[in-house]
Parts: sequence; C-alpha cells; structure tokens
Amino acid sequence: MTSFSQAAVVLAQQGGEDVVGTGEAIAFWVLGPLALAGGLGMIFVRNAVHSALWLVVSMLSFGVLYIVQSAPFLGFTQIIVYTGAVMMLFLFVLMMAGRDSADSMVEVLRGQRLLAALFGIGFATLLVGALARSLVNVQAQVPPDPYDPARGGGAGGLGRLVFTDFLFAFELTAALLIVAALAGIVLAYRDRREGPKRSQRDLVEARFRGEYKRRSPQPGPGVFATGNSVATPALLPDGSIAPESLSELIESTNTARLIAEQDRVLGSQAEHDDSRALLAGEDEQGSEQEGERK
Amino acid sequence: MTPTYYLLLSALLFAIGAVGVLVRRNAIVVFMCIELMLNSVNLSLVTFARINGELDGQVMAFFVMVVAAAEVVVGLAIIMAIFRARRSASVDDTNLLKY
Repeated sequence: MTSFSQAAVVLAQQGGEDVVGTGEAIAFWVLGPLALAGGLGMIFVRNAVHSALWLVVSMLSFGVLYIVQSAPFLGFTQIIVYTGAVMMLFLFVLMMAGRDSADSMVEVLRGQRLLAALFGIGFATLLVGALARSLVNVQAQVPPDPYDPARGGGAGGLGRLVFTDFLFAFELTAALLIVAALAGIVLAYRDRREGPKRSQRDLVEARFRGEYKRRSPQPGPGVFATGNSVATPALLPDGSIAPESLSELIESTNTARLIAEQDRVLGSQAEHDDSRALLAGEDEQGSEQEGERK
Repeated sequence: MTPTYYLLLSALLFAIGAVGVLVRRNAIVVFMCIELMLNSVNLSLVTFARINGELDGQVMAFFVMVVAAAEVVVGLAIIMAIFRARRSASVDDTNLLKY
C-alpha cells in the first residue's frame, strides 16, 4: 500500500500538465472507477451472465476513455466490436452453454483463491509502483488532431500507417482472420446424423405402433441370372410384379420401357426369353417382332 | 493529472483480469477475464501513443483488437465443443484429453 500512496504523492506533485484538460480529468475520474468497478464486479459476481454485463460496463468505459484520449476511431471500434459483437457472442454462448453454471464455492485446489488474491494484490502493487516511479517526468506530447486527417491524425492517419509501415502485419491479420473463420466453422460443426442408433427391437416396436406404412420390410428388387439392378422388379409367387418393389425414382424416369417389360413379364406380351421373365418366351420370332415394332 | 494515471488504471485492470483467470471456474468467464486483460493492454497502448504524440500505439491496439476478435471466435467454438462433449463449461470438469 505504501507504493500506492507514494505514487499518489509523486503524481500529485507533478500535476497541472497542460496537456490534460479539466474535462478530460473529470471524464477520467468518472470512467476510471467505473471501469474498475466493472472489472471487480465481473470477478466477484457468481452468475456468469451478470459477469458479462459487468464486463460490458468496463468495456464501454474503455471506449469512452479512448475517445477522450484523442483516439476516436479506436473508441468507436471498441464500442462496436467489443460491446457490440464480442460481448453479444459471449452472451449467446452463455445462454447456450453456461446459463446454469454459477461458480461453485468448492475449492478444488485448497487455498487457491487466497493465493490468487495475494498474487493479484502483489502484482498490482508492483506494477503500479514501478509505473508511478518510472514515469515521473512524462512530458506528454500534443497528439495529432484526430479530426484532421491531412495532418496525420485519427482514422486517416491510422489507415495510412496500416497500409505503409504495418502492411505485413496487416496481411498476417488477414490470414489470421481467415484461419479463425475456418476454425470456428470446423470446431462448432456438429454432425446432425449422430445420435442413439435404433436397435432392431426398437424398429420392430415402431413398426407395430404404426410409425411405418408396412409392418414387414419392403420387398427387395428381383434378382435373376443376368440382372440384379434396383430396376428389376420382384415377382410375387404367382408371377406378378410386386408393386412395392418398383423404385419410384426409376419408375418416374423410365416409365415407358418398364411398362413394356412389366407387360412382358406378366405374360401378356411374352415374346422372348427374358432373363427377368419367369414365363418362358416363345422364340426368336417374338423378339424380331418386337424389334420391328420398335 | 497526467496521462500516467491511465497506465495505472490499465495496470490495475490487468491485475484484476489475471486474478479472475485464476479464481473463476466457468470457462466462459475465464475467457472474459482474458478479454479484460487484452483491453487494459489496449488502454496502455493508446496512452503511450498519446504520450508520444504518435499513432503507432493506436495501430498496435487496433491489431490487438483484431487478434482478440479472432481469438474469441476460436475460443468460444472450443468451449462449445467441450460443452457438447462434457455437458459442462467448468474448467474443473475438463480433466481428460478425451471424452
């Protein structure tokens, strides 16, 4: 704590720099504690959704602090990207995955919270003390006017820097974004087909409860010596075609030919030895006749 | 006041975020604490840019924002995948590499 007070004293001694105006000081003393409260609230609130809302408070304060520090582009980007997009993404995932996951009070590692708190206090003291001591004689330059792109401030100056000095980093960023988008797709993809597989018994029960039209399985296609394609119709014991063995798709695409073959199989126009026919065809004559007809 | 105050604020928030990462058990909240740490570093970068009267720090903060956005996409996708497999978003439950 001594370093905090030292820092306050040191900073108070050098106060009155001309760069920081009164308005900015007021904005800082309003928004700084707000940002701190947001951070602390995020840590201490047990409900995850409330944590996200506290973080939103913190991030909005950050955005306004950027704007105050003559970085309006970053400030608005902060508000749009972080509080607009990223935090909404967080809330979205929270509603799906972590809505009922208030943190348990059980410590898996004994004394971890105490040690973490000690670490945090020590770290903050060290950092604040070092910063306050090392940055005593800071002479803040007048920043480029953010609303005068011609003199290199604001979004215009940022854009010029991004496309000149930082061009390679910018291109790496493009690659990074593409990879991240692909990774999001790959990692979040879920195969919808997976699920508990139905056992044979489940299927039988479902059939007899009327989930399917037939209780027995569908008849398969007919299998003959020269043809076992799906298009070959199955025959019933009396030699007629089993209508359910006909594939709807094939029927709809090749109707005319199949009807002729069905007639032939049925015996109405049995003309030659067809491998698909059960009834014996007559002879070559029939096929010639058929050829003439075609 | 001087711009140094911004650096102190960012240091405090960075420490808060670090403690949050260590203390919280919900993976999504841990992720939000990391976001807070990134944001506090951004604040210090913007402050450095302002102290120097240059824009380089702002460009770096801009890149940090881009990287953070990409990181959020991948991280949340991983958390969702883990949640689907384990039905839990707690970092304590994820103690196996598989299942």
